[in-house]
Amino acid sequence: MNQFLTETLPGLFNYWIVIGLMMIGFYTVIAHDNLVKKLIGLTVFQSAVFILYISMGNIHGSTAPIIIDGDPVYAHPLPQVLILTAIVVGVSTTALGLALIVRINEAYGSIEEDDVLAADMATSEGEEAREEARSEQAEAAEGHAANGADDGAEADESRPA
Amino acid sequence: MITAFFNQMPVLVVVVPLLAAPLCVLAHRAFAAWLIYCLASWAAFAMAFLLFVEAKIAGQVSYAVGNWAPPFGIELVIDTYSALVLLLVTGVAALTGLYARKSIASEIAIEREYLVFALMLLCLAGLVGITVTGDAFNLFVFLEISSLSSYALIAMGPKRRALLSSFQYLIMGTVGGTFLLIGIGLIFMMTGTLNMADLADRLPEVYATRTVQAGLAFIVVGLSLKAALMPAHIWLPNAYTYAPSAISAFIAATATKVAVYALFRFVFTVFGAGYAFGTLPLGIVLLALAAVSMIAGSLASIFQTDVKRLLAWSSVAQMGYIVAGFALATPAGVSAGLVHLLNHGLIKGALFMAVGAMVWRVRASSINDLAGLGRAMPLTSAAFVVGGLSLIGVPATAGFISKWALMSALFDAQHYGVMALLLVASLLSIIYVGRVIEALYFRPLPDDVSHHKHGEAPLGMQVATWALIAINIVIGVHATPELEAAARAAATLVGGGA
Amino acid sequence: MSPLWLLILVAWPALMAAPIALVGRWPNLRETVSVLTGVALLVGVARFIAPIAAGARPEFSVFSILPGLDLAFALEPFGLIFALIAAALWPLTTLYAAGYMRGNDEPNQTRFFICFALAISAAIGMALSANLLTLFVFYEMMTLVTYPLVTHHGDIESRNGGRVYIGILMTTSIGLFLPAIVITWVIAGNVDFTPGGVFAGTGLGGLAAMGLYGLFIYGVGKAAVMPMHRWLPAAMVAPTPVSALLHAVAVVKAGVFSVLKITVYIFGIDFLHVTGASQPFVWLAAFTLLAASVVAIYCDNLKKRLAYSTIGQLSYIVLGAALASRLGATAGGLHIVTHAFGKITLFFCAGAIYTAVHRKYVSQLNGLGRAMPLTFTAFTIAAISLIGLPPMAGAWSKWYLMSGALDVQTQMVLVVLALSSLLNIVYLLDIPARAFFLPGDDKTPRGFAEAPAACVVPLMITASACVVLFFYARPIIAFIDTAFGSAS
Repeated sequence: MNQFLTETLPGLFNYWIVIGLMMIGFYTVIAHDNLVKKLIGLTVFQSAVFILYISMGNIHGSTAPIIIDGDPVYAHPLPQVLILTAIVVGVSTTALGLALIVRINEAYGSIEEDDVLAADMATSEGEEAREEARSEQAEAAEGHAANGADDGAEADESRPA
Repeated sequence: MITAFFNQMPVLVVVVPLLAAPLCVLAHRAFAAWLIYCLASWAAFAMAFLLFVEAKIAGQVSYAVGNWAPPFGIELVIDTYSALVLLLVTGVAALTGLYARKSIASEIAIEREYLVFALMLLCLAGLVGITVTGDAFNLFVFLEISSLSSYALIAMGPKRRALLSSFQYLIMGTVGGTFLLIGIGLIFMMTGTLNMADLADRLPEVYATRTVQAGLAFIVVGLSLKAALMPAHIWLPNAYTYAPSAISAFIAATATKVAVYALFRFVFTVFGAGYAFGTLPLGIVLLALAAVSMIAGSLASIFQTDVKRLLAWSSVAQMGYIVAGFALATPAGVSAGLVHLLNHGLIKGALFMAVGAMVWRVRASSINDLAGLGRAMPLTSAAFVVGGLSLIGVPATAGFISKWALMSALFDAQHYGVMALLLVASLLSIIYVGRVIEALYFRPLPDDVSHHKHGEAPLGMQVATWALIAINIVIGVHATPELEAAARAAATLVGGGA
Repeated sequence: MSPLWLLILVAWPALMAAPIALVGRWPNLRETVSVLTGVALLVGVARFIAPIAAGARPEFSVFSILPGLDLAFALEPFGLIFALIAAALWPLTTLYAAGYMRGNDEPNQTRFFICFALAISAAIGMALSANLLTLFVFYEMMTLVTYPLVTHHGDIESRNGGRVYIGILMTTSIGLFLPAIVITWVIAGNVDFTPGGVFAGTGLGGLAAMGLYGLFIYGVGKAAVMPMHRWLPAAMVAPTPVSALLHAVAVVKAGVFSVLKITVYIFGIDFLHVTGASQPFVWLAAFTLLAASVVAIYCDNLKKRLAYSTIGQLSYIVLGAALASRLGATAGGLHIVTHAFGKITLFFCAGAIYTAVHRKYVSQLNGLGRAMPLTFTAFTIAAISLIGLPPMAGAWSKWYLMSGALDVQTQMVLVVLALSSLLNIVYLLDIPARAFFLPGDDKTPRGFAEAPAACVVPLMITASACVVLFFYARPIIAFIDTAFGSAS
């Protein structure tokens, strides 16, 4: 326990931060109803991963990886480059998500997921009821036709009693 | 000149569609954009075919991007496994090109059509990139390129519900992508490399660490999300249902397949079958999920009123078949999984195309709307019937070959329970395919068909649909080349005799 | 004779479907083409009789479907017998169908004849198949091309019949038959029809073999062993020529033929005898044949009664196979022949009665014997043959079946066979007895009221065949026996 308090907790503080941010982001994505807040959560979630990458490239006492005189210890440059790409991906995702939200707002007049789903549900329930009615109608029509012109083995009007 | 071209082919197959995408935007006219799409996708298909032959002869084709020697630069690697998936992706993309012109025109406003083709090219570039890359991080980037473009494509669907479907897919997909990123980060942390071959060399030293175990877990979860394996499938039915028809066909045939490809590229090539399936219990977990997918997907499929949604649920079930094959981690199992990956791409592509042609005519996709089309659209309906039979696994179709391969692999590995479930799922598929066929042939056309366009679907849609159906039948009666190629691919992944 | 002929024989009816479709507008020409195609097929198949009897086993591999598994054809006595029956009865049925379909103004006649040709192609393909996979391909093809025939009328009743038909046949074939083939392939590494079977030396135990044999017996839904028999009565919604050729001959015989082939060439008689794996199925088949006969007694619908009679008769053949003795299997082969001629005659009669007086219930047939003497005489002959009384062909298959049962010491089977013959008398002879001896009602025609000649001639031919075969059973037995090689 002592070791945990003195070494694990402060020594790996970057990971604790990452995990904390990640959970905050993830929770927001799952729990919030507002589409913009969901997107914010997603961004926080992604940012946590960016921090994970950058912090793992750090070496104790190192400097930024820019060539200078002397013999300094550089931080690992590769994760930083990678995360530059990942940030671009993240920004594109956010932009696309926001664009979708704008369109959803135009189409439904709301950006609350529940409202949108409710609107969909109303139409889809109506549609399903309509489809079922149509299926039944078709069955009934067929049944009627079949009774009218029966030529089969099971039922026959001329069947003797 | 020609040798130069051949040497550059591994990168050109990605770059051509990638560069054609902005060209589409510049062209700004629907027809010009379509032409560019067709040229680029057919060129990619031709290159994919050449690469397949090259990989068959040489065993593996590798290419150092920008002449940076691996493991420092990005390496592109094409072996038989990736070449087969590459052929599927580019082939379906090329045929979708023929199909898409009339189909897209009937569903999307003409002034936005060029954007569809640009996005499809981007998606194609991403998917192709995933299959050819030999670099873990690069794979993530390509995955996001294809995902982002497919979110946008789905959002272009004609109904407003496409928007929320796309948004939900975006959330799920991004979470999946980020999980993959975490996983890659964790293994990078332990090995300091991103090249897959190099990772495979260095990982065994650190197999025992919890970081690597967590890395595998993150990667598997992330890619399962993209592959829509139960229970991470919830985005898929909505996305396939509300996307434009041509896009449904394209994405259903390729996107989830490529995600499965990537999943098992990581599991087998990077981590190694012995670690994932021996040391860690990945096999049993994946088999269980696959079994649940098969049964639940098929059951859900039976109760759908919309044909596109019915096919989408069936896709969830079929992903279960594919993963069940791979999860055996035996040469027979992996080859069976790969065979079904390819065959299911062909089957579902054909079925979505046939349904798309019907949607083109009746402007709706519920089973009731398709009543009586057997007489009104005989060719399209016949294509659906053959595709449906293939889905069930009737002999002389590709689906039969998959079933045969999967069942013999499952029996050989003594997973009798999963084998029985696979059979049950096949029987369920008789029911859901039968429902559509009965509506097509046994119900009369509704009286108020004035809003219908008349006659069969346009030539381009017919040709694309029937081309896929023809490939289905050819594979069904003569699957030896495909199975041998799959066995070679399986041998490179899990070792053992081809 | 070149083995390429095997492929030609299988493809011939399917290829001729195209000309039949082309001349569909001129019914006379269409039927002529159909009949001639059938006759040519019969000649082609018959040319193989002498070489096969002399011990030749031609083989022809078309191409590989899967690595190590070819689409391949081979000919041996059982296959030739089945092919001969299908090829001989097809032209007769076509002739009959021409009369029936026009007499009843059926729609979609061209589609009908095309599907018919394809179904025969599938039957020949099964007869000539060299391995289980090829057999399975044509088995499924037959299911699919007969579906439009069963649902010919396109109304809700034929749709429901078609649902049961395709539902049971597909479920059993994909759910049981296919896995059985795959399991055989994985265990034995070989699914070719091999004299003596493929399981020798694979260490397949008795219980496992029993399970596998069960998968095959029930997987071949076309053999209609209870409880997989429901499709056959359901298929009776089809026009009568379909019921006659397909559901008395081609489809159901394809089922029992598969069972015989699997018994003789996949498991091997000796293997089954030693392990006793097929023992339980003797009793399941016995149950089916008794139960089906009892149900048949209570069917008033003539075609339905005949369908249940078929279910019972098929179980004779399955029983013969499951006895795991040479005599039993031979009897099964012989019964394929005798039952085919007997049952097709009965169906032809049912169709002729329907065409002439539009009656399809047994209780409506009183007193019709005087109006339709030819039809009911033929019916009587065929019924006696099925019951198994001399001097009709059916007597021999029952005789050999009993000998086969004695051969392997299962005397109880004799009781079952005797009992079922009694039941057969009750439900079959009931019909001509009514027609000849009971007085008709006031609607019964007084004068001569036979169906058109195109209907009556075929049924007279098949009825006389029932008599002729009684005197020529010995060569057929000797011919089938060559399947087991020279050792006796």
